[in-house]
Order: sequence, then structure tokens, then C-alpha cells
Amino acid sequence: MTVQLDFLAVLHYWPMLLTGVAWTLALTVLAIVVGLALSVTFAWVRVEGPRWAAIPVAAYVELLRNTPFIVQLYFIFFGLPELGLRLSPVLASAIALVLNLGAYSTEIIRAGLSATPKGQTEAALSLALTRYQVFTRVVLPPAMQKVWPSLVSQIIIVMLGSAVCGQIATEELNYAANVISANTFHTFESYIIATVIYLALAILIRRLLNWAGPRLIFGG
Amino acid sequence: MMPQFSYWDILRNLIYAGELTVMLSLIAFIGGGIVGMVLLLARVWRPQVFGSVFNIYVQLFQGTPLLMQLFLSYFGLRLFGIEVSVWVSAGLALTLYTSAFLAEIWRGCVASIPKGQWEAGASLALSFGEQMRYVVAPQAMRIAIPPTVGFLVQVIKGTALASVIGFAELTRAGNMIANVTYQPFTVFATVGLLYFCLCYPISLTARYLERKTNAVRR
Repeated sequence: MTVQLDFLAVLHYWPMLLTGVAWTLALTVLAIVVGLALSVTFAWVRVEGPRWAAIPVAAYVELLRNTPFIVQLYFIFFGLPELGLRLSPVLASAIALVLNLGAYSTEIIRAGLSATPKGQTEAALSLALTRYQVFTRVVLPPAMQKVWPSLVSQIIIVMLGSAVCGQIATEELNYAANVISANTFHTFESYIIATVIYLALAILIRRLLNWAGPRLIFGG
Repeated sequence: MMPQFSYWDILRNLIYAGELTVMLSLIAFIGGGIVGMVLLLARVWRPQVFGSVFNIYVQLFQGTPLLMQLFLSYFGLRLFGIEVSVWVSAGLALTLYTSAFLAEIWRGCVASIPKGQWEAGASLALSFGEQMRYVVAPQAMRIAIPPTVGFLVQVIKGTALASVIGFAELTRAGNMIANVTYQPFTVFATVGLLYFCLCYPISLTARYLERKTNAVRR
């Protein structure tokens, strides 16, 4: 038998695909900015923070790392309304992505922080730097540099994982593919195109972050 | 009248579905292990020939969402007129996905074995297969076990996505039960907890093995 594939019929809906890409990127950028800020704080708490705070953070990290993202998303979107907290699909997706990336990168950054030799902290403190200055200028930059490749990989995983958000009708790329396949009946082609776009995004974001890391995050 | 569901009813049905999660995970892990091993051996045996194929394969599966892979496997097989159960669609996608990650993990482990070990084997007139089997694999395996066990957690979590193509595993069961009982908070909290009970012991084991391996090497 022959199979007729019609990619043009799908590409005809390019504005929808573009909107999907925009939402996927917007959610990813939000996850990176908020998620990384969260995880630097949490990683600090785990390494240097008070014990009463370190334990809940550890529990959060383990809980999020050992459950599927889709269940976290469903819990936030379908489960929380039972307690009276009703969130829009986009907000639920954003929170789920931030919390998910936050958990993984807390663990990654923590590993980087622990790898900083103690002597460096002591040297900085002896130069009368405040604890805050020591952390942000002496301990954090080399730690980020060390773990940046792992962070970039985790960010890519989260970006690809955001495809799941389409399941609760967030209008990201997977959702666009869903709608286009329902309109055109070219289901296979829709998903092929979405998959190719995801691949391109993954390559692009990896390049961009590898470039941006040394310049913006742990500057030279 | 609305039927009443006790927590026990919810839990019992979720645990039943959890068995399917475990089975699908095992299929993907074992299948992925076999395919991954074949890929790795081809790559190590003839790097010039299979190197780029290997890299493209890994890039393709690591650079695209598992959800898309599941959709493509599900709709793709049907498009080509192959009417299969959701077990095959989900099993196939998860196997290929797992194989790419395991092959890449193992490639790193094999690459970390010094070249001299291969050469020493070759100078003793061992064939490629013998060098691999008696010299390289025993050393590589020791480093490979912790990350491999760790990846099992990713596989288990990955099977949750099979719910989207209608595979009635734990997450899907959670959806259905939440719709019937109108207790989505309780249901999804329980679903999460069950995944945690499955994954956390494996994570701990992987961490323990990693510490042990590092201690040996130091």
C-alpha cells in the first residue's frame, strides 16, 4: 500500500504553529528565569542555610524528582481546584514547569556549590566581604560555571517536557499540532512537523545557552 | 444517587493500574537495554561507519519530546496500516527512547576506559569481541551500573506519558478515577505518592551505588 503524506496542508496553518512556538518559548524562558532563581536560593539553603529550612527543601527536591511531570501538572491543574485554587492552563503550566526545573537544578547547583573549596570562602571572609558578597561573587560564579552544561541539559529536558502542557489546553506547540491534526486529519504529518520544530528548538536553545552562560551568568 | 467511593476503593484501583506502569517500565527498560547495547557495540566496533548514525539516533531521541515520539509511534503505525494494541505503540516508543539514553550513558562509560586497555587486549591477540568481553566490559560495567539504575527512574516517569495515547497505566487510571469520584486532589496526590514509592527507593539505590563506585575508584 502507499501512504500519502501531505505536509503542505499542515504548514498552511503556520500562524498556529508560530503561536505554539511562542508559547513554548515563553514558558521555557519563564521556567529558566524563575526556576533558576528559585534553585540558587534553595541550593544555598541546602548547603549553608539553617536546618529547619534545609529539610523541607530536600523533601521538595526529592518529591518533584521522583514523580512524573504530567502528574505534577494534573495535580496543580485538576487537583488544586478542589481546595478552591483554580488556575488558568497557562498559569498552571508555568507553575508546574518552574517547580519542576527548580527541583532538578537545586540538586545540580547544590553539587556545584559543595565542590567549591572551603579555603576560598575563608579567604573572602578574611578580606571583610559580607556573607552575601562571598556567596554571590566568590562561591556562586565558579559553581555555576562547573554545572552549566548539566543545567543546560536539564533546561532542554524541561522545554521538551512542556509539550505535556498541551494536554491541559495550554496553547503551546503540541497543542497547536493537536488542533491542526483535528482540522486537517493529517495527524501524522502534524506531529512530524511539531517534532522537527521541537528538535530545532532544542538545538537552538542549547547553542544559545552555551553562548549566554559564560557571558551573562558566571561572567568572565 | 451518586455512588460513594472510599479511599480504599481509589487506592486499590490505582495500585492495580500501577502494576501496568511497572510492566511497561520493565518492557521499555529491558527492550531499551537490548537495543541500546546493539547500538553501542556497533558504534564501538566500527566508529567510522556507525559513529554518525549513532550520534543522529541519540540526538533525535534526546532532542524531541517523548510525548511526540509516543504520538508518532501511535499514529505512525496506524497510518501504515498496522493495527496494533496500545501496548505495542507505547512499548515501541518507550523502548527506542530508553535505548538512546542508555546507549549514550554506556558510550561514556566505555570511552572512559583508557585506550591502553584495548591495545593490551589486541596485543594478546584477542579479537574485538574478546577485548570487549574480557577487558573493557567488566571495567565499564562497574561505572555504568549507577547511572543505569538512575535512568530506570526516568523510564518509570516516562511511562506516565503513555496515558496520553490511552494506555491505562497509573496516570490514566488517576484521570479516570478523578472523573468518577470528583476527588481530583486526593486521587492525583495518591498517584504522585505511588510514583514516589516506586521511584524513590531506586533513586536511593542509584545514589548508594554511585557513592560506592566512587569510593572504590578513589
